[in-house]
Amino acid sequence: MTLAKETLVEMYLRMNHARLFEEKVAWFFSRGMVHGTTHLSVGEEASGVASCMALEEGDLVSLTHRGHSQAVGFGLDINRMMAELLGKETGYCKGKGGSMHIADIESGNLGANGIVGGGFCISAGAALTQQYKKTGKVVLCFAGDGATNEGSFHEALNLASIWKLPVIFFIENNLYAMSTPIEKHMNIQDIADRAKSYGIPGIVVDGNDPLEIYETVAKAAQEVRKGKGPVLIESKTYRWLGHSKSDAQAYRTKEELAEWKLKDPIKRLRNFMIDNKMMTAEEMDKLEEQAKQNIEAAVKFASDSPEPPIESVLEDVYA
Amino acid sequence: MEMKEMTYKDAIKLAMSEEMRKDENIIFIGEDIGLYGGAFGVSVGMFEEFGEERVRDTPISEAVIAGAAAGAAATGLRPICEMMFGDFITIAMDNLVNQAAKMRYMFGGKAKVPMTMRLPFGSGTGAAAQHTQSLEAWLCHVPGLKVVSASTPAEAKGLLKAAIRDDNPVCFIEHKLLYKMKGEVPVDDEYIVPLGVSDVKREGTDVTIVSYGTMLYRVLEAAEAVAKEGISVEVIDPRTLYPMDTATIIESVKKTGRAIVVHEACKTGGLGGEIAAAISESEAFDFLDAPVLRLGGLDTPIPYNRNLEAAAIPTVDKIKDAIYKVMNR
Repeated sequence: MTLAKETLVEMYLRMNHARLFEEKVAWFFSRGMVHGTTHLSVGEEASGVASCMALEEGDLVSLTHRGHSQAVGFGLDINRMMAELLGKETGYCKGKGGSMHIADIESGNLGANGIVGGGFCISAGAALTQQYKKTGKVVLCFAGDGATNEGSFHEALNLASIWKLPVIFFIENNLYAMSTPIEKHMNIQDIADRAKSYGIPGIVVDGNDPLEIYETVAKAAQEVRKGKGPVLIESKTYRWLGHSKSDAQAYRTKEELAEWKLKDPIKRLRNFMIDNKMMTAEEMDKLEEQAKQNIEAAVKFASDSPEPPIESVLEDVYA
Repeated sequence: MEMKEMTYKDAIKLAMSEEMRKDENIIFIGEDIGLYGGAFGVSVGMFEEFGEERVRDTPISEAVIAGAAAGAAATGLRPICEMMFGDFITIAMDNLVNQAAKMRYMFGGKAKVPMTMRLPFGSGTGAAAQHTQSLEAWLCHVPGLKVVSASTPAEAKGLLKAAIRDDNPVCFIEHKLLYKMKGEVPVDDEYIVPLGVSDVKREGTDVTIVSYGTMLYRVLEAAEAVAKEGISVEVIDPRTLYPMDTATIIESVKKTGRAIVVHEACKTGGLGGEIAAAISESEAFDFLDAPVLRLGGLDTPIPYNRNLEAAAIPTVDKIKDAIYKVMNR
């Protein structure tokens, strides 16, 4: 599959947005400027961005608690995302959701989810709607390695399989469920192997290779769209930062982290585009500069936005 | 109004069927609800009428029943779910409580989750501790959920139709012992009992008793018995447990000056405390001639033995005793 230059440029821009967005969020946190907690996906940008970009207009996604790259990848507005993190009225959830619940059902984003594995069943249901209404759309359901040990994983995959629902379960395996290394929480090498017990395809991809991810998701979506039932994709990747804002990371070595940093998905895409003479280094620099400016603009938008009115605390409990 | 006699469970089936005929977006999912017709036979015949696309047997997977319903509801369908036994809601709780109930609020009002969760609750069936609970208070404690309890066949039809048409997740409580109860049910396919409206089941002047489900009938029996002794009992069925129409209850207590709440669910943490508090916090407090009494199930699991099971929940005699207690103060 040869991707158009425009697609790769957009992908590169979104991956940069994702990383810069999170670096900015980390900075806000370190200064106590945002409330609560946040889970950053720095290092996992290919996984979140390239997968979403392989979807078609009208397809849906369900995101994880580590969902900023996924949201940016799906094309959400970084201004409104930043505003949500700052708890502002202009945020995607009017300041009521925060980092863990960025959602925009209208555009097909069924929401980030604060419950590990919380998206599996929701995605199966959203896929049921697509099947029932014959929309031809698919649902891309993100989850982490740890989430595949939840009961909801089993119930949702089994149901999706027997009902042949149009859903792709995209597992971002970053090797740690919070602090617990994968070899201590499951006894298999590849999570994709779990697909066998549901009678569905299970595919492993290099989670730091945006092109492989794009291609795999696009191909899977094509099959899923035909009504052949769900697919499980395991994207092997790594998070560079801690689980959440308070993580001393005693469970892993600096060497391991350094090794993964060499596999930086953003550098990889940059080099690919330059090596294949699609863009010059200067043009790539310009894109990065543009991404920086866009993030600064998002920060300004968010900072300038109003706080939600106190009365809104009672709004929207019921339709 | 043209009426037809039918059982409570047939009224439930009628409500679902009428709504499904009107709205293609309604689907019905649950365990063995298809050809089998549901564990209590509520949906017998629906599979034949609506087909396997709309009446969907699921695996034994309560979490995904609730979660898929939430996901389907958020994207344009209006699912009705059946929990084979209401007790199994425990397995579906994450999807009901953390997902369905909260999507709208935590997404800033941009989600609509029109799903109905049918829950057969209650004891008296000899099914012991895991198939007999009355867990409505848990559900009422979750903002974002509505909770409805139908006591008569007509109300089963009218309230369930209102629940299905509601744009929120609604837990619809059915008492298993009422399934075979017969009553007159309006034939009109637009017959709706609106949510959030209490019903005065018997008018009286001396004591107000709030009750629902099977307990309602024991309360009515006790009221009839004490009427012969000159005590006039007003009986109110809230019908919607959340959001509850407490105004009707408060008005009644202002008139009678005495109140008792009777439910089958365990007394501690039950709705009785909530209703008693609502009365005490209201202007009805100044009219009270006796403390508000709560009569609930014992704080035990439901036992198997027939006599023990009967002893675990309020009886007509216990209700009468409570009436004498508030009257003789």
